[in-house]
Order: sequence, then structure tokens, then C-alpha cells
Amino acid sequence: MWTFFHKLASPPHFYDLAAKFIPWFGVIGAACVAYGAIAGLFYAPADYQQGDAFRIIYVHVPSAYLSMMAYMIMAVSAAIGLIWRIKLSHAVAAAAAPLGAWFTFLALMTGSIWGRPMWGTWWEWGDPRLTSELLMLFLYFGYMALRAAIDDTTKADKASAVLALVGAVNIPIIHFSVEWWSSLHQGATLVREGGPAIETGMLYPLLAMIFGFTFIFGALLLGRVRTEVLFRERRANWVRKLVLPEGDHA
Amino acid sequence: MNQPTLNMPSLSSGFLSVVRRDVLLAWKRPGDVLNPLFFFAMVSTLFPLAVGPSSEELAFSGPGVVWVAALLAALLSLNSLFMSDFEDGSLDQLILSPQPLPMTALAKALAHWLITGLPLVLVSPLVAITFQMPAQTISVMMVTLTFGTVSLSLLGSIGAALTVGLHRGTALLSLLILPLAMPILIFGARTVSLAAADDAVSAGVYFLAAYCMLTLTLAPFATAAALRISNE
Amino acid sequence: MTELLSGSDLCLFRGDRCLFTALEFALNTGELLVIEGPNGSGKTSFLRGIAGLLEFETGTVRWSSKRVTDDYQGFRADIVWLSHKVGCKADLNLLENLRFESGLRATDEARLQAVLERLSLSRLTELPLRSLSAGQQRRVALARLLLARARIWMMDEPFTNLDKAGHSLVEELISEHLADGGGCIVASHQALNVDGSTRRVSLQ
Repeated sequence: MWTFFHKLASPPHFYDLAAKFIPWFGVIGAACVAYGAIAGLFYAPADYQQGDAFRIIYVHVPSAYLSMMAYMIMAVSAAIGLIWRIKLSHAVAAAAAPLGAWFTFLALMTGSIWGRPMWGTWWEWGDPRLTSELLMLFLYFGYMALRAAIDDTTKADKASAVLALVGAVNIPIIHFSVEWWSSLHQGATLVREGGPAIETGMLYPLLAMIFGFTFIFGALLLGRVRTEVLFRERRANWVRKLVLPEGDHA
Repeated sequence: MNQPTLNMPSLSSGFLSVVRRDVLLAWKRPGDVLNPLFFFAMVSTLFPLAVGPSSEELAFSGPGVVWVAALLAALLSLNSLFMSDFEDGSLDQLILSPQPLPMTALAKALAHWLITGLPLVLVSPLVAITFQMPAQTISVMMVTLTFGTVSLSLLGSIGAALTVGLHRGTALLSLLILPLAMPILIFGARTVSLAAADDAVSAGVYFLAAYCMLTLTLAPFATAAALRISNE
Repeated sequence: MTELLSGSDLCLFRGDRCLFTALEFALNTGELLVIEGPNGSGKTSFLRGIAGLLEFETGTVRWSSKRVTDDYQGFRADIVWLSHKVGCKADLNLLENLRFESGLRATDEARLQAVLERLSLSRLTELPLRSLSAGQQRRVALARLLLARARIWMMDEPFTNLDKAGHSLVEELISEHLADGGGCIVASHQALNVDGSTRRVSLQ
């Protein structure tokens, strides 16, 4: 078991292994998203209250879920890197942050677009989920800004890992407080009471989308980690062998 | 040979030394104490000037304004929390002293609160009166501000420790700390608003007290880790 | 003669640059260890690594036959650190600075007065540090060495800003400390003239 982890944490081994996984993740993700998009946009019944506008959840829900997921991956790998000093996991954290920020942004955009026909405004402060997402985006920005401000990679890894962990402790508290805050606010509840359970015709495409988004996220993450590893190991022999033409690596 | 006369100093003497030193330093440079207070008063003045003099509107926005101003004033002073220690080499000495570093970090944060947070709490009624806040609400505001500024000093010390030695200053620190400080702002400001509306305030006060305890227990460890990393 | 400190298989990177690998050192009681090397060879980093301010890439430092990381707090009580920065507050006066130090170290007032006497600083106690000359400020930093009662002195360029008298004062203090059964690690590019056995570590 331990040898497996040790092997996985070795950069060249990971670099090769990730290359094998990426196409599979990409194909599975694309297939799920294709099914989800077609079934969700054309075949799923329209919502009895929201009409066709609800269909944006096929993008919104997976993005919102991934924005949390990415932070979790980031925080967990940062912790692993900090405690067991595994450099690869710092690379994973560094690669996950911009992806997480993008999905958070996507969730915000789609949420806002959905809000336009529902609430009549592009932005509704009364909705706790949108507000939480916005704060989530700021957390990502803070993480990336700290990383960018520190020149030394090792130092940036450790410092941003501390920040990610502090953020991870705070996220549930932030969500809770935003929830409490908007519960005092009148008018926030207009669409929030989910009504009857979601119909299966709507549910399956949604599940497929969540599944597909996750795999695509996985492929993107692996790709980014590969680049990150390549950059960090740029002085190592195996990278020289990989990059320079045969016989040129002194 | 002199077998190690390893005299481990007591925790309290080290802790008090750090607090005493920082307060003494602030005493010798009163600007460090007064500037955040002036800033607090100034920001609170901006709002009535920008929003208009209608006393109803001011009474309504008062709690929020006081809290935002307090948050910004605390942030303003946080940047220098470890900066001078880093520059004159005291930070090396603090890290290498036989005191546990989280304890030292706690002492620094507490001293920061004594220098900036406490004066702010004491001055806040003056600002509140200009926002037509009744006496009952003012006492609630002071209680929430007390818990809130303690938490802010502790939370902020993590950010200050992470950014010490980086020449990006307050902007980066704010970006790191403000999202984390949202629960304090939300509960602080809303609780004061609830008090103004004669509503139950215990939930908010309890939350702030609990959050304060959480930061008291966890933040010093994060600050200590961050200091070691930043000082490498 | 007992071993105070030793290190084996030490390797240190700064950014991408490898400063040294497979470095060994040992320090016994009554010994001086001089770290030599040109500018940028990593003298300061080496010293900071031993003190635990930097992390070595590989290798271990042992103190009293256990790993420093196993009892870092005990180790810190046994070392005192002097860098080219004074490490004191310019706004506070000498006495306030040293009282702070003795609060961290739990030393008593009598010792403080003895140290001030020894370094002929007694006349300067009421002045804020910023009004002292650079050389006088160095003496304040030296006072910390004596105040701490630690066995291991770690000094980074101890002769910075010191005149001839100050220079020989440092050598005298080190000699006394070694005779007393202490150990001393000095990173410096200046020659040291000290009574006691001297070891050297050369960095390229």
C-alpha cells in the first residue's frame, strides 16, 4: 500500500500515469455531458413553475458542486503536502485553484442568468447560495494572489497551504452565517422552497451532467498538474530527457 | 562541565513580556493607536455625507456602517503586526526563543487587540450616537464589537504572518482576510440591527462568542506555522 | 568533552540552487566551529538551517544525542542567536529591550546588571536604541548572548559594525564562553583569534 503511494508521489511516474488517465476521463466526461445536455435541454419536461428557465441548472448545479469539490481537493492536498512533505500534492493544490475559481465563476454567472427571469434582477443579495459562491470566489482569489506574491515555489506552497486550511475551516462557518443572514431577509424564500421532489426525467440528465463535469474536471486537473510537475522538475534529469532531443541532455 | 542549566522559562512570563513590549512600543508611537481610530471615525463620516442626512436612513444603516468601518480600521493596522519584527530581526529572536511560538503569536494578537481593538470599542459609542442609535443598541454593539475585534485580531494575525516580508502590503492582506472575516461582519452587524429593531439578539452574541473562542484556540497555531514559513 | 551538536548528510536548496549536499559537522563543548566561504556560498543559510529557521532538504541535526526536531523547544532554550540584524526594538531603550529578553528567557535582574557592567553599557540604559551608534547597538545584541545562559552560541557575521575594540571584545567573550564549556558556531569571512579548539566547515 505504502509503496503504491510512494510510487504515485514520484513525479515522473505520476507524469506518465496521468497521461494515460486523461483521455479516458475526457471521453467519459464528454459522453456524459453530451447525453446530459441533449436530454436535459430537449427531452426533460419543462418545470411547471419556472418553465424552460430551469434548464440552466444542468450547468449551474455541476459547477457549484465542483467549486466546492475543487476547494476540498485543494485543502486536502495542501494538508498532505504540509504534513507529509509530498511535493506532488502541493502541485495538485496549485493546479486545482484556478480551476475551482473558474467553476465558481461559472456557477455565479449561471446563477445570475437564472435569476434574471426568476427574480427580475441579475443579482439578488437575498439568495444565500449565490452570496456564498461569491465569497468562495474571493477565497480562491486570495489563495491565488498569495501564491503569486511569493517568488519561491516551496515557500509559496507552504504559505498557501496554511491559507487553504484556514479557509477550509472557515467555509462551513461562512455558509452558515450567510444562510442565517438571508433567513432574516424577507423575500429570499420565493423560489427556495424546492417544492415537490425533482422528476426523474429531469434528474437523470442532471446526474449525467454532474458525473460528466466531474470527469472533465478530473482530466483538466490532471493536465494542469502534469504541466505544474514539468515546470517544478525542470532541473531534473527525467524532464531534460523528455524535453531535449536525444543525446542533448548534459 | 556545566551540564545544561536548561531553565525553561514559565509560559506566563514570556507571554506577558511580549504583550508588555508591544503595548510599550505603541505607547512610544501613539500614532499607531490613533491612526486606526481616526480612520474609523473618518469612514463613519463618509457614509452620512454620501447617503444624505435623513436621520431615518442613518439609523437604519448605522450598525452596518459602524461594523464596516471597524473591520477596515482593524485591517489597516494589521499589516504592521509582524512587519517591524521582521525588519529588525526580532522575529528570528521570537521564533528562536524558548517560548512556544503559538503562545507568542497569541500574545502578539492580544497586544494588537489592546492597541487597536479595545480603543475602537471604546470610541464606537461616539460614532453610534451620530447615527441616532439608542442606548440599549449601543451596549449590544459594544458587546458584539468586543468579541468581533478579538476574533479579527486573531484571524488577521494569520494573514499578517502569511504576508510578512512581502511587499504587497495591505491590499493582499485584505484579500486574504476579508472573505474569512465575513461571518464576523454578518453576525456583528445583523445583531446590532436586530437590537435596534427590539428583536432577540442572543443568537448573534452567542455566535460571535463561539467564533471568538474558535479563533482563540486555532488561530495561534496557524499564525505560528505561517510565521515559520514566512521567515524562512 | 561531550558533543553539543552534530549534523549529517545535510543538503540545502535555495530556490532551484543547491547550496551544498552531504555536509557534515560536529561541535563539542569548548569548541568553536567556523563556517567559511565566499559570499553567496550559503553560510547564513547553513546557520539558519542548524537553528531550525530553514528546513534542510535531507539530513538531520542532532543535539544532546537526539534529533533537534524531537525537542525543538528544549533546543531553543540551549541556543542563542545573533545575526547581523540587532533584533531589538529601536524605539525602546536598552533596559526595556533586555528586560523583554529576560522575560522570554527567565533570567533575573542581577544577571542583567552584571551583563550591562561587563559590556560597559550601564551608562546607556535610558536612551532609546535608535539614538545609539551602530557599534553600540551591536553591543546590545552581544548582551543578549550573555543574558541567555545558553550553551550554544550561533553567530552570523558577529563583527558587523564593530570597531577594533569591539572586535576583540567579541573574541574575548567567545573565548570565555568556550572555557566555560560552551560551544560556538560562527559564520564569518573575517579571521577569528580565539583560545580554544577550532573546527572549520568550508562552503564553496
